[in-house]
Amino acid sequence: MNSPRTLYDKLFESHWIGERSDGSSLIYIDRHLLHEVTSPQAFAGLHAAGRPLWRRDANVATADHNVPTTDRDRGLDGIDDAGALIQVKTLDENCARHDILHYGIDSELQGIVHIIGPELGLSLPGMSLVCGDSHTSTHGALAILAQGIGTSEVEHVLATQSLVHNRLKNLQVHLSGTPAAGVSAKDMILALIRRIGTAGGSGHAMEFAGPTVEALSIEARMTLCNMAIEAGSRIGLVAFDATTRDYVEHRRFAPRGESWERALEYWEGLHSDAGAHFDRTVELDVGALPPQVSWGTSPEMVCGIDESIPEPESPTQERALEYMDLKPGARLSDIRPNKVFIGSCTNARIEDLRTAAEVVQGSRVAEGIDLAMVVPGSGSVDAQARSEGLDRVFTEAGFEWRAPGCSMCLGMNPDSLAPQDRCASTSNRNFEGRQGYGGRTHLVSPAMAAAAAIHGRFVDVRELGGAS
Amino acid sequence: MQPFERHEGLTAPLRQDHVDTDQIIPKQFLKSIERSGFGANLFDSWRYLDEGRSDQRHTQRAINPDFILNRPGFAEASILIAGVNFGCGSSREHAVWALLDYGIRVVIAASFGDIFRQNANNNGLLTIALPEDVVQELMQHSEAGGHRLGVDLQSCLIEELSGGDTREFAIDPIARQKLLQGLDDIGLSLLERSAIEACEQRRCSTEPWVFAPLQDREPSP
Repeated sequence: MNSPRTLYDKLFESHWIGERSDGSSLIYIDRHLLHEVTSPQAFAGLHAAGRPLWRRDANVATADHNVPTTDRDRGLDGIDDAGALIQVKTLDENCARHDILHYGIDSELQGIVHIIGPELGLSLPGMSLVCGDSHTSTHGALAILAQGIGTSEVEHVLATQSLVHNRLKNLQVHLSGTPAAGVSAKDMILALIRRIGTAGGSGHAMEFAGPTVEALSIEARMTLCNMAIEAGSRIGLVAFDATTRDYVEHRRFAPRGESWERALEYWEGLHSDAGAHFDRTVELDVGALPPQVSWGTSPEMVCGIDESIPEPESPTQERALEYMDLKPGARLSDIRPNKVFIGSCTNARIEDLRTAAEVVQGSRVAEGIDLAMVVPGSGSVDAQARSEGLDRVFTEAGFEWRAPGCSMCLGMNPDSLAPQDRCASTSNRNFEGRQGYGGRTHLVSPAMAAAAAIHGRFVDVRELGGAS
Repeated sequence: MQPFERHEGLTAPLRQDHVDTDQIIPKQFLKSIERSGFGANLFDSWRYLDEGRSDQRHTQRAINPDFILNRPGFAEASILIAGVNFGCGSSREHAVWALLDYGIRVVIAASFGDIFRQNANNNGLLTIALPEDVVQELMQHSEAGGHRLGVDLQSCLIEELSGGDTREFAIDPIARQKLLQGLDDIGLSLLERSAIEACEQRRCSTEPWVFAPLQDREPSP
């Protein structure tokens, strides 16, 4: 009888190659996702050393960080920024040179790398998956050993199909309670980060478990795992279950027929065994959790909508309040954003857009909101939303409906905040200048962002009624 | 990668916790396909008074005189001392390239973001985690200016060059060896080629669907 193992232990062991001469562990990488910003130097290094690609079909690429969200019918000609154009073209060239499957700017399946991976069935349970992007933790929602890596590691994976990865500790986040209507996975993960801090999960793989997680959709679980990195963990995980099976089945690259049956049998084992040892467990009851809003410049600086801005407890928090132009004691519901961004790998999937549309339906964007925009996470999400008429719900309310990409989550493309702009954003980071130089970010759920657009200030979506 | 054995240099205190990689190198400077040239934009939004653009000459920009690396006697610093969770956030290796390009060889902090630390190890930037009270003490020494440390990776000692305590530091032995030798990481892994192939074969039999060719199943439009 083997001793009980965590999901992370199982995934680590099934991908473990062995130890190198220096004692570090190598794990095998099944899937490698590439984008235009963190891959060019890796390909250049590979070429300079004259090394071949280890396994072509492990790799899939898309352009997401830099692409404009307007004028997309112009393709590359629609990119005004010379640097961005070079990066997007370089990715095109590198993929052509190595015959790597690439959803470029002209592809109708292009999108944010962490959105297209799962939706196309490129990210499958039991895999190990890497990408030169910290939000790669997202894919862990499908019981995938997924982690963000740096560019040197991207080159390493291209050349060796392996990653130096020494075993992490195990952290379990146990979520219980039924969230109130209008309270989402985004609120849960923000509350968790507030609790344990942005370094709370460092050195650990973070598995989300418990009855609340079991009841969540895969898209909601992706929101949880997506922001594991904001809690310090480069890996987020959720066990495989029937919900995972239903999500993966019939995806474009999912196995079929006999192969599907065999995969299912294997995937059934992708959970932590009863009695498996976790180095740490954090419990969070979300039953009474209010919608969360960040007030500072770190994702741990978060409050419930019914709270006031706290007194700063450190020079870092003082500085954050100054940057955000907020005073301790001010009520969150008195904060008036002038921009609203619904998008990003955290919250630009179809369920996010449906939830936001439900809040927006039949209303108008408030005066004082200079820009409210929806950026669907992928071409597929865009098409699905249009088929449901969601784009009309938003545009008739005064939102802009844009083309897919990372957009204002990090503002590498033309979508960025101006100095002093205050943004209700469904993205993942409220760092100084993250969404644009001098811009101020409040991290919220899609429903909260939509409600802020309609009311011109943060409101408690639990009190709006109708949102389910 | 440049080996790291010993470094002596001037310190600079960065009195901030959770310094994220967006702060170390803001996004507008990531639009390069090179590994060099990022130093001029290290800590850009703290270091300069304007919003930087990648096509600007940094010598013509107004600098923020209050920022530590702009204060007299700190610009030549090669050892940075910071608070907890230095390098959290984005996985951008550009943050490490920017620090090295500026001339920083060592970062001492109370703790580091996991991905940043791995990136640092892969580029010969030494990261040393010390207890918070020790970091605070070093920052105080550093504040006065002209504070120099000798950091020896062979002996894992930090020496106060202007007199004072010598401190030990702990570092992952694997990371230490790698930094000391400036190893070609890919070359080292490729020595394990047969083990990688064996693992690939094993996975091919236990999870064959993972290895299904993608190109053949290119979807119809």
